[in-house]
Amino acid sequence: MRSIVNVPKTARAGEVIEIKTMIAHPMETGYRTGTNGATIPRNIISRFVCTYDGEEVFSAELFPAIAANPLIAFTTVAVQTGTLTFAWTDDSGATETTTAEITVI
Amino acid sequence: MGAEAAADPKAALERRLGRRDLLAGVVGVATLVMVRPAVARPSLDAAVALFAGGREVQPGRVRFDIPPLVENGNAVGVAISVDSPMTEADHVKRVALFNEKNPQADMALFHLGPRAGRATVSTRVRLATSQTVVALAEMSDGSVWSSSANVVVTLAACIEDLL
Repeated sequence: MRSIVNVPKTARAGEVIEIKTMIAHPMETGYRTGTNGATIPRNIISRFVCTYDGEEVFSAELFPAIAANPLIAFTTVAVQTGTLTFAWTDDSGATETTTAEITVI
Repeated sequence: MGAEAAADPKAALERRLGRRDLLAGVVGVATLVMVRPAVARPSLDAAVALFAGGREVQPGRVRFDIPPLVENGNAVGVAISVDSPMTEADHVKRVALFNEKNPQADMALFHLGPRAGRATVSTRVRLATSQTVVALAEMSDGSVWSSSANVVVTLAACIEDLL
Protein backbone atom coordinates (compact mmCIF):
# COMPACT_ATOMS: atom_id res chain seq x y z
CA MET A 1 0.00 0.00 0.00
CA ARG A 2 1.29 3.45 -0.90
CA SER A 3 -0.13 6.56 0.65
CA ILE A 4 -0.01 10.30 0.15
CA VAL A 5 -0.75 12.88 2.83
CA ASN A 6 -0.98 16.60 2.33
CA VAL A 7 -0.31 18.58 5.52
CA PRO A 8 0.87 22.23 5.58
CA LYS A 9 4.54 22.50 6.65
CA THR A 10 3.94 25.49 8.90
CA ALA A 11 0.89 26.97 10.59
CA ARG A 12 0.10 29.64 13.15
CA ALA A 13 -0.87 28.42 16.62
CA GLY A 14 -4.61 27.78 16.78
CA GLU A 15 -5.00 27.78 13.00
CA VAL A 16 -7.39 25.22 11.50
CA ILE A 17 -5.40 23.24 8.94
CA GLU A 18 -6.80 21.05 6.20
CA ILE A 19 -5.37 17.56 5.80
CA LYS A 20 -5.85 15.44 2.70
CA THR A 21 -4.96 11.75 2.69
CA MET A 22 -5.10 9.07 0.04
CA ILE A 23 -3.95 5.47 -0.05
CA ALA A 24 -3.60 3.03 -2.94
CA HIS A 25 -6.00 0.18 -2.17
CA PRO A 26 -8.47 -1.77 -4.36
CA MET A 27 -11.28 -1.62 -1.72
CA GLU A 28 -12.69 -4.92 -3.00
CA THR A 29 -16.35 -4.89 -1.94
CA GLY A 30 -17.00 -8.63 -1.59
CA TYR A 31 -20.09 -8.25 -3.79
CA ARG A 32 -18.37 -8.83 -7.12
CA THR A 33 -18.00 -12.18 -8.87
CA GLY A 34 -14.89 -13.15 -10.79
CA THR A 35 -14.70 -14.74 -14.23
CA ASN A 36 -14.95 -18.23 -12.67
CA GLY A 37 -18.27 -17.32 -11.02
CA ALA A 38 -16.86 -17.30 -7.49
CA THR A 39 -17.31 -14.26 -5.27
CA ILE A 40 -14.16 -12.16 -4.89
CA PRO A 41 -13.49 -11.96 -1.13
CA ARG A 42 -13.91 -8.60 0.58
CA ASN A 43 -10.75 -6.62 1.23
CA ILE A 44 -11.27 -3.02 2.23
CA ILE A 45 -9.62 -0.45 4.47
CA SER A 46 -12.00 -0.58 7.39
CA ARG A 47 -10.28 1.81 9.79
CA PHE A 48 -8.33 5.07 9.51
CA VAL A 49 -6.86 6.96 12.46
CA CYS A 50 -5.00 10.27 12.64
CA THR A 51 -3.06 11.10 15.80
CA TYR A 52 -1.36 14.42 16.65
CA ASP A 53 1.61 13.84 18.97
CA GLY A 54 0.01 10.61 20.13
CA GLU A 55 -3.47 12.00 20.73
CA GLU A 56 -6.25 10.86 18.41
CA VAL A 57 -7.78 13.82 16.58
CA PHE A 58 -9.76 12.07 13.83
CA SER A 59 -10.77 8.53 12.93
CA ALA A 60 -13.02 6.85 10.39
CA GLU A 61 -14.71 3.52 9.87
CA LEU A 62 -15.07 2.72 6.21
CA PHE A 63 -17.44 0.33 4.43
CA PRO A 64 -17.42 -1.20 0.91
CA ALA A 65 -19.26 1.89 -0.38
CA ILE A 66 -16.02 3.89 -0.23
CA ALA A 67 -14.35 4.18 -3.63
CA ALA A 68 -11.07 2.46 -4.48
CA ASN A 69 -7.94 4.38 -3.38
CA PRO A 70 -9.84 6.01 -0.52
CA LEU A 71 -9.43 9.74 -0.15
CA ILE A 72 -10.22 11.29 3.22
CA ALA A 73 -9.95 15.01 3.86
CA PHE A 74 -10.54 16.61 7.25
CA THR A 75 -9.33 19.43 9.48
CA THR A 76 -7.48 19.81 12.75
CA VAL A 77 -6.22 22.65 14.92
CA ALA A 78 -2.45 23.28 14.80
CA VAL A 79 -1.71 23.34 18.54
CA GLN A 80 2.05 22.73 18.69
CA THR A 81 5.06 21.75 16.59
CA GLY A 82 4.86 18.00 16.31
CA THR A 83 4.12 14.87 14.34
CA LEU A 84 0.89 13.79 12.72
CA THR A 85 0.60 10.02 12.32
CA PHE A 86 -1.80 8.42 9.87
CA ALA A 87 -2.71 4.72 10.03
CA TRP A 88 -4.90 2.72 7.66
CA THR A 89 -5.90 -0.86 8.51
CA ASP A 90 -7.44 -3.27 5.99
CA ASP A 91 -9.36 -6.55 6.31
CA SER A 92 -6.20 -8.65 6.04
CA GLY A 93 -4.90 -6.87 9.17
CA ALA A 94 -2.17 -5.01 7.32
CA THR A 95 -1.56 -1.48 8.59
CA GLU A 96 0.08 1.30 6.62
CA THR A 97 1.48 4.15 8.67
CA THR A 98 2.71 7.54 7.45
CA THR A 99 3.86 10.55 9.41
CA ALA A 100 4.05 14.26 8.65
CA GLU A 101 5.83 16.99 10.59
CA ILE A 102 4.24 20.35 11.25
CA THR A 103 5.94 23.47 12.58
CA VAL A 104 3.76 25.84 14.56
CA ILE A 105 4.99 29.44 14.55
CA MET B 1 -52.15 -49.49 -19.66
CA GLY B 2 -48.53 -49.82 -18.67
CA ALA B 3 -47.64 -50.30 -22.30
CA GLU B 4 -49.46 -47.08 -23.21
CA ALA B 5 -47.47 -44.98 -20.71
CA ALA B 6 -44.21 -46.50 -21.86
CA ALA B 7 -45.07 -45.71 -25.46
CA ASP B 8 -45.45 -41.99 -24.75
CA PRO B 9 -43.34 -40.99 -21.73
CA LYS B 10 -43.28 -37.31 -22.77
CA ALA B 11 -47.08 -37.05 -22.64
CA ALA B 12 -47.09 -38.74 -19.22
CA LEU B 13 -44.56 -36.22 -17.89
CA GLU B 14 -46.60 -33.31 -19.21
CA ARG B 15 -49.70 -34.66 -17.50
CA ARG B 16 -47.88 -34.81 -14.15
CA LEU B 17 -45.98 -31.54 -14.55
CA GLY B 18 -48.22 -29.15 -16.49
CA ARG B 19 -46.66 -26.53 -18.71
CA ARG B 20 -47.94 -23.80 -16.36
CA ASP B 21 -46.19 -25.43 -13.39
CA LEU B 22 -42.97 -25.57 -15.32
CA LEU B 23 -43.22 -21.90 -16.30
CA ALA B 24 -44.08 -20.87 -12.71
CA GLY B 25 -41.07 -22.84 -11.48
CA VAL B 26 -38.70 -21.13 -13.90
CA VAL B 27 -40.04 -17.66 -13.02
CA GLY B 28 -39.84 -18.47 -9.32
CA VAL B 29 -36.22 -19.56 -9.48
CA ALA B 30 -35.29 -16.51 -11.57
CA THR B 31 -36.95 -14.16 -9.05
CA LEU B 32 -35.15 -15.84 -6.16
CA VAL B 33 -31.80 -15.38 -7.89
CA MET B 34 -32.51 -11.73 -8.68
CA VAL B 35 -33.71 -10.55 -5.27
CA ARG B 36 -31.22 -12.52 -3.18
CA PRO B 37 -28.51 -9.79 -2.85
CA ALA B 38 -31.02 -7.17 -1.66
CA VAL B 39 -32.47 -9.27 1.16
CA ALA B 40 -29.63 -8.88 3.64
CA ARG B 41 -29.48 -5.09 3.99
CA PRO B 42 -31.62 -2.96 6.32
CA SER B 43 -33.64 -0.12 4.81
CA LEU B 44 -32.30 3.44 4.80
CA ASP B 45 -34.73 4.43 7.57
CA ALA B 46 -33.67 1.46 9.71
CA ALA B 47 -29.98 2.36 9.31
CA VAL B 48 -30.65 6.00 10.21
CA ALA B 49 -32.70 4.95 13.25
CA LEU B 50 -29.91 2.63 14.40
CA PHE B 51 -27.38 5.48 14.22
CA ALA B 52 -29.75 7.86 16.07
CA GLY B 53 -30.36 5.24 18.76
CA GLY B 54 -33.91 6.31 19.55
CA ARG B 55 -33.25 10.05 19.42
CA GLU B 56 -35.15 12.31 17.06
CA VAL B 57 -33.43 13.02 13.74
CA GLN B 58 -33.86 16.69 12.88
CA PRO B 59 -33.27 18.13 9.42
CA GLY B 60 -30.71 20.96 9.24
CA ARG B 61 -27.26 22.04 10.43
CA VAL B 62 -25.62 19.57 8.04
CA ARG B 63 -24.43 20.81 4.65
CA PHE B 64 -24.09 17.90 2.28
CA ASP B 65 -22.33 18.48 -1.05
CA ILE B 66 -22.80 15.70 -3.56
CA PRO B 67 -23.36 16.14 -7.30
CA PRO B 68 -27.05 15.65 -8.26
CA LEU B 69 -26.08 13.94 -11.53
CA VAL B 70 -23.16 11.52 -11.60
CA GLU B 71 -21.71 9.88 -14.69
CA ASN B 72 -19.58 7.29 -12.90
CA GLY B 73 -20.89 5.76 -9.69
CA ASN B 74 -17.51 4.22 -8.88
CA ALA B 75 -16.13 7.44 -7.38
CA VAL B 76 -18.48 10.20 -6.31
CA GLY B 77 -16.96 13.09 -4.38
CA VAL B 78 -18.89 14.01 -1.23
CA ALA B 79 -18.25 16.80 1.25
CA ILE B 80 -20.05 17.19 4.56
CA SER B 81 -19.83 20.23 6.77
CA VAL B 82 -21.74 20.70 10.00
CA ASP B 83 -22.71 24.00 11.52
CA SER B 84 -20.98 23.78 14.92
CA PRO B 85 -18.54 25.96 16.91
CA MET B 86 -16.43 22.81 17.61
CA THR B 87 -15.60 23.79 21.19
CA GLU B 88 -15.13 21.45 24.14
CA ALA B 89 -18.73 22.16 25.22
CA ASP B 90 -20.40 22.03 21.81
CA HIS B 91 -18.92 19.92 19.04
CA VAL B 92 -19.72 17.22 16.51
CA LYS B 93 -18.96 13.73 17.76
CA ARG B 94 -19.83 11.57 14.78
CA VAL B 95 -20.68 12.05 11.12
CA ALA B 96 -22.18 9.16 9.15
CA LEU B 97 -23.21 8.49 5.57
CA PHE B 98 -25.99 6.11 4.62
CA ASN B 99 -27.49 5.13 1.27
CA GLU B 100 -30.77 3.72 0.04
CA LYS B 101 -29.95 1.11 -2.62
CA ASN B 102 -26.34 -0.09 -2.37
CA PRO B 103 -25.86 -3.71 -1.19
CA GLN B 104 -25.00 -2.30 2.26
CA ALA B 105 -26.61 0.74 3.93
CA ASP B 106 -23.48 1.99 5.75
CA MET B 107 -20.98 4.01 3.76
CA ALA B 108 -18.67 5.69 6.27
CA LEU B 109 -18.55 6.77 9.90
CA PHE B 110 -16.24 9.60 11.00
CA HIS B 111 -15.29 10.38 14.59
CA LEU B 112 -14.56 14.06 15.23
CA GLY B 113 -13.94 16.15 18.29
CA PRO B 114 -13.09 19.67 19.44
CA ARG B 115 -9.56 19.20 18.04
CA ALA B 116 -10.96 19.15 14.51
CA GLY B 117 -11.46 22.93 14.60
CA ARG B 118 -14.06 22.80 11.84
CA ALA B 119 -16.59 20.05 11.21
CA THR B 120 -15.79 19.29 7.60
CA VAL B 121 -15.06 15.91 6.05
CA SER B 122 -14.80 14.82 2.46
CA THR B 123 -14.28 11.50 0.72
CA ARG B 124 -15.31 9.57 -2.39
CA VAL B 125 -18.06 6.96 -2.40
CA ARG B 126 -19.54 4.31 -4.67
CA LEU B 127 -23.18 4.39 -5.76
CA ALA B 128 -24.74 1.26 -7.23
CA THR B 129 -27.69 3.10 -8.75
CA SER B 130 -29.68 6.36 -8.62
CA GLN B 131 -30.77 6.78 -5.03
CA THR B 132 -31.06 8.90 -1.90
CA VAL B 133 -27.96 9.44 0.26
CA VAL B 134 -28.21 10.73 3.83
CA ALA B 135 -25.57 12.49 5.92
CA LEU B 136 -26.08 12.51 9.69
CA ALA B 137 -24.27 14.36 12.45
CA GLU B 138 -24.37 13.55 16.16
CA MET B 139 -23.55 16.50 18.44
CA SER B 140 -21.93 16.45 21.86
CA ASP B 141 -25.32 17.32 23.43
CA GLY B 142 -26.77 14.15 21.87
CA SER B 143 -28.92 15.74 19.18
CA VAL B 144 -28.87 14.21 15.70
CA TRP B 145 -29.12 16.32 12.54
CA SER B 146 -29.47 15.18 8.96
CA SER B 147 -29.37 16.22 5.35
CA SER B 148 -30.30 14.07 2.37
CA ALA B 149 -29.64 14.28 -1.33
CA ASN B 150 -30.98 12.54 -4.41
CA VAL B 151 -28.34 11.43 -6.86
CA VAL B 152 -28.91 10.25 -10.42
CA VAL B 153 -26.24 7.79 -11.55
CA THR B 154 -25.78 7.03 -15.25
CA LEU B 155 -22.98 4.44 -14.95
CA ALA B 156 -23.42 2.38 -11.82
CA ALA B 157 -20.68 1.05 -9.58
CA CYS B 158 -20.29 -2.76 -9.47
CA ILE B 159 -21.45 -2.98 -13.13
CA GLU B 160 -18.79 -5.66 -13.65
CA ASP B 161 -21.11 -8.09 -11.82
CA LEU B 162 -23.49 -8.14 -14.74
CA LEU B 163 -20.92 -9.22 -17.33
